[in-house]
Amino acid sequence: MANATKKPALYLAEYETPNAIAQAAMKVRDAGYKNWDCHTPYAMHGMDEAMGLKPTRIGVLSFIFGMLGVAIAVALIQYTNAFDFDLLNIGAGYPLIVGGKPPGAFPSMVPIMFELGILLCGFATLFGLLGIIKLPMHNHPIFASDRFEAATDDKYFISIEAGDQKFDLDRTRALLEATNPTYIELVEAEVL
Amino acid sequence: MSYDAPIKELGETSLLPEGTTANDITETIAGVTENAAPRGWWFLFLLSLSVLGAMTAALAYLFVQGVGVWGNNAPIYWAWDITNFVWWIGIGHAGTLISAILFLFRQKWRTSINRFAEAMTVFAVLCAGLFPAIHTGRPWFDYYLFPLPNQMDMWPNFKSPLMWDVFAVSTYLTISVIFWYVGLIPDFATLRDRSKNLTRKRIYGFFALGWRGAHRHWQHYERAYLIFAGISTPLVLSVHSVVSFDFATSVVPGWHTTIFPPYFVAGAVFSGFALVMTLMLICRSIFKLQNIVTIRHLDLMNKFMLGTALLVGYAYAMEFFIAWYSSNPYEQWVFFHNRLGWGQLDSKGNWGPLWWAYYAMVFCNVIVPQVFWFKRARTSVPIMLIASVLINIGMWFERFVIIVTSTYQDFLPSSWGMFHPTAIDILTYLGTFGLFFTLFLLFVRWIPMIAIAEVKGNLPGAHPDMHAIQAHDEAPDAVGAPVPAE
Repeated sequence: MANATKKPALYLAEYETPNAIAQAAMKVRDAGYKNWDCHTPYAMHGMDEAMGLKPTRIGVLSFIFGMLGVAIAVALIQYTNAFDFDLLNIGAGYPLIVGGKPPGAFPSMVPIMFELGILLCGFATLFGLLGIIKLPMHNHPIFASDRFEAATDDKYFISIEAGDQKFDLDRTRALLEATNPTYIELVEAEVL
Repeated sequence: MSYDAPIKELGETSLLPEGTTANDITETIAGVTENAAPRGWWFLFLLSLSVLGAMTAALAYLFVQGVGVWGNNAPIYWAWDITNFVWWIGIGHAGTLISAILFLFRQKWRTSINRFAEAMTVFAVLCAGLFPAIHTGRPWFDYYLFPLPNQMDMWPNFKSPLMWDVFAVSTYLTISVIFWYVGLIPDFATLRDRSKNLTRKRIYGFFALGWRGAHRHWQHYERAYLIFAGISTPLVLSVHSVVSFDFATSVVPGWHTTIFPPYFVAGAVFSGFALVMTLMLICRSIFKLQNIVTIRHLDLMNKFMLGTALLVGYAYAMEFFIAWYSSNPYEQWVFFHNRLGWGQLDSKGNWGPLWWAYYAMVFCNVIVPQVFWFKRARTSVPIMLIASVLINIGMWFERFVIIVTSTYQDFLPSSWGMFHPTAIDILTYLGTFGLFFTLFLLFVRWIPMIAIAEVKGNLPGAHPDMHAIQAHDEAPDAVGAPVPAE
């Protein structure tokens, strides 16, 4: 689109070493920005502290769904193998006596309770993760920067988004410049 | 020095050669998917594809004719099909062990081999799942295994270990695929960002889900990865325990033992490590990855194999002790006559006909791995290649011995029989190698076979030294100046 107007989307600052980005992150954190991020090729330890992030709570979701899987297994096995009433017209169960055990015997349910618990826990962790980090998102203004391709190779970046309340073209740039980056870029996004 | 650097006082050294940079790692691993395939790859791929085709023909014949085309018959209703199932699924377990259990134990050397082993897990479980799916000869009725409401009001029997197997194996496959894929997301992003042409960029970009290496993502990602490792660890132990319940809950002599779950799990890990070793040695030399999978990694894997070989050897010995100690003549018959071949238990003084399978198993699984007591053997590529292949053969024989020597002569001499594999049996088994290697070769060609992001995280100085930064910033005149690199 030839007539598309552009507006600033984010500032991108590049660093060479882990120490440099950790130091810079602490400064951005202390300046009070909220809508900013560090981009690293691998999970860098110590950055939670440097960015002032709260601990992740994804485990709560995994635990709840894992327990739900266990409950579903109990309900499924009891319904189909221990009782003979027809719920919601899906077909009645059939009490089975195998090896002289009572139809609702608990020990033989354990393996399936365990497996369904794990299965639901796994799905909850996967979809919970994608939901929390809001992926898939294939289009992000940051990809407009050619330089950013090194973020998955060997360079470290800090991005401060224009959506942040403290974002200001000059002051934010000055803040980033004070952190000794090797490169600064204002990335723009097309306005539709 | 940051906290995850090698501790020199303990004699720890860096896992990768000195001077390796993050960019070297990207180039080496991503390069495999970008450069033209070596001629050896094409040769192996076409060979595997042909074998896969042969398996398809064997399966088509099976479906048309029924399971009579296999050698299974009274009294040996289970033979090669379940032997192959247990063997393949055991192979898969090393992948989960390397990716999950070693992760929980913070064994950083795993990063060079975990992706590879996880892929092997997924493909091995697919090969394993094939056998239960086809062994009835009517795979189009397989949906009966799942508790689907139907007009006959018929439900699965959840007290059957075979039903537990259905849940255990399908959960295992699902979780292994998810774990593998989650690990791959950052590496797909690396491939996307290196792509020169648009098709490549779109395909890798699609699977990378728009990953941009943001630390706000890494934070949750790392915890999710830890949870996957945490749930995969009991899962892998449960899967092979459930597989062993198929046997242990029966009353057949030689199967009805409580040692089976740990014995099967140890054997599974053992065989899986052996196959990872075989494949890694080949890929490492074809794709020139010696700097990332070093002799040190191989040495550690050999130690693992030695450890699990001792566990398996202990289980073999304990089975004999219990057979003797139980004073149960049926147990003793299976162990001493059918397996060990001792003739004095037979009134005619004959040796059992399958004794050689037992000795092959003990030789490959217990005697061969003892070479790994010696550092020279643990660091010699030809020795470990031969040993790992022998171990896999031995582990196949282990399952064959358990299954066939227990059933061909059990309680009633009037119902004794013998098992002879047919050509279709052999073709189906060999065919699964076609399936496995076809998938595996596609994997090494198109997907980063080593976890790029995880290996980078193990480089010296890969993480900021927070203590140095704080100490530095507390000195008032130094604020703002960069902390010197290590």
